[in-house]
Amino acid sequence: MEWLIASVISVMTGCGVYLTLRARTFPVVLGLTLLAYAVNVFLFSMGRLQIGIPAVIDPAAAAYTDPLPQALVLTAIVIAFGMTAFLIVLALKARSELGNDHVDGLHRSDDELKATKHNSTKTETERSQS
Amino acid sequence: MSPFTILPVLLPLIGGILMLMARPIGIDTQRILSLILTTLLVGVSLVSFQLANSEIYQVVLLGNWQAPFGIVIVLDRLSALMLLLTSLLALGALWYAIRTDTDKQGQHFHVLFQLQLFGLNGAFMTGDVFNLFVFFEVLLIASYGLLLHGGGRLRTRAGLHYVVINLVGSTLFLFAVGTLYGILGTLNIADMAIAVRNVSEADQGIVATAAVLLLVVFGIKAAMFPLYLWLPGAYAYTSAPVAALFAIMTKVGLYSIIRVHGTIFGEEAGDLAFVHIEWVLLLGLITLALAALGVLAARALRRQVAYLILASVATLMVAIGINNEAALAAALYYLIHSTMLGAAMFLIADVIMKGRGIYSDSFTKAIPIDRPIIVGSVFMLLGIALTGMPPLSGFFGKVMILHSALNHPWFAAILSVILTAGLVMIIAVVRSGSLLFYSVQKEEGQKTSPLNKSAFVAVFLLMLVSPLMVMFAKPLTDMNTQIAGQLFNGQAYIDAVLSTVPYGGNNSK
Repeated sequence: MEWLIASVISVMTGCGVYLTLRARTFPVVLGLTLLAYAVNVFLFSMGRLQIGIPAVIDPAAAAYTDPLPQALVLTAIVIAFGMTAFLIVLALKARSELGNDHVDGLHRSDDELKATKHNSTKTETERSQS
Repeated sequence: MSPFTILPVLLPLIGGILMLMARPIGIDTQRILSLILTTLLVGVSLVSFQLANSEIYQVVLLGNWQAPFGIVIVLDRLSALMLLLTSLLALGALWYAIRTDTDKQGQHFHVLFQLQLFGLNGAFMTGDVFNLFVFFEVLLIASYGLLLHGGGRLRTRAGLHYVVINLVGSTLFLFAVGTLYGILGTLNIADMAIAVRNVSEADQGIVATAAVLLLVVFGIKAAMFPLYLWLPGAYAYTSAPVAALFAIMTKVGLYSIIRVHGTIFGEEAGDLAFVHIEWVLLLGLITLALAALGVLAARALRRQVAYLILASVATLMVAIGINNEAALAAALYYLIHSTMLGAAMFLIADVIMKGRGIYSDSFTKAIPIDRPIIVGSVFMLLGIALTGMPPLSGFFGKVMILHSALNHPWFAAILSVILTAGLVMIIAVVRSGSLLFYSVQKEEGQKTSPLNKSAFVAVFLLMLVSPLMVMFAKPLTDMNTQIAGQLFNGQAYIDAVLSTVPYGGNNSK
């Protein structure tokens, strides 16, 4: 079972790292989600892998598994969930404001450029800063 | 131990909730409430400071569980100093935000502001690594909101980078915490420090890996080479009061290195003692060199200020990396200086930017700003202080750091990098100052906007910290030496945390 869990974590981390390094925001969001899954399983396995043993106090139990990693994972899941939701909203905002979904993008589509070309000096100062 | 100890964490949390409820009444109520709460926080921090000075360690056991089993909140001299610094900085930034109507540019500014303080104060006081992670997330999610406050394309792009790198950082934090828990079996910092002494030889490599991974996480927060690339964008494009408040955010990373690594991998950790320290020194030196080049290469004022902040953080890393008591005391002196003055520099960059109208803060010929003499002299003083020229506090900080490094094997490298970086930065700041204030030309149809005097008060007061720090250098240095002494005596911290008895007697033995 150790082998299985370890390979699951490594595959998820590998995919997560690959996707996070992509140039568009959607793969980045997916990559971060995968990384979060990987770290959750990793945290879980840090209490050592045991099968069929209770984590809460039980008079009939012969042994216990470590309950702390389970509490940690629960916290980590909630935080990762919230952060991912925030990131998705931010990615959508970036898509609509920057005109494309590139992580580094500041290009606008051509028609947008034409529309703003003659009236906005503000945009030019913005561009000169970047 | 007194229940008062936890108030600096609770007050902003309650404040944030109150602020949310006050929103329907109107922004004016929120502003007054926010000012009152932040002033109150300054008072509470002052009392905490006093408390930390009189009795050595204040330990609160959350849920009344004895130390390794429950989460502890610890107030020592360093935490108290950070609390006081945060609340004073917050008051300045808040005043500026209110007087320039920054808080009206979007919703929930005051709510996020209080929650940001909640996260910061929590991170400064917790004695548990996983709880530190949770407070990091609290301060991060508030900082995402504040960073994006007001909107704008460049701000959104910088915000996206900031959020993504910090999410990666959170994941790495969890990997590091998980690994440490897997080997040491505890997450309480004091208890981990004991467990690390008995790590078997086979496991030492894993613990060292986790330690360095944790350093990477704190390095992202502190903007350590090569993880600093998010900082110039994020700080340059956010609104000025937020950037000013963020001057303390990089220091959270440094604080965590001092607290977590300093306690767990301190002198008594056997083979793992100071496993991180050479990395901190080396990366600090590289960051400093690159930050100085960034200051020189910046084409707009706010970006230049962001690099100045980066340089001050890098100087602090070098001081931490030197790793002796005198260096740590000097680092704390420099930390107070760089936080306050960095914030003031962001605010004055905003004043200048607003005065120049459409020319914004780019280094080009532009219309003269209103009251150039006042603004210009404050800018000059801040430039002198931040680049570390005499007679202001930056100079004293640097002299103390260099003095403490005299016997360090890397002294030549430390000396040359710090001095060269200082020279490069002063050249760059002089150039930008002369461009902004002398290279001006009146234009028809371009009106100068008048100086916002009541907002300028905040800049002035923050700047005043520097001459005050020079005047009271002796008592300040004594205080910092005491703090550094306390930090180097890790055993006292461990004993204080682990020996604290819950209310109603000891129920674990």
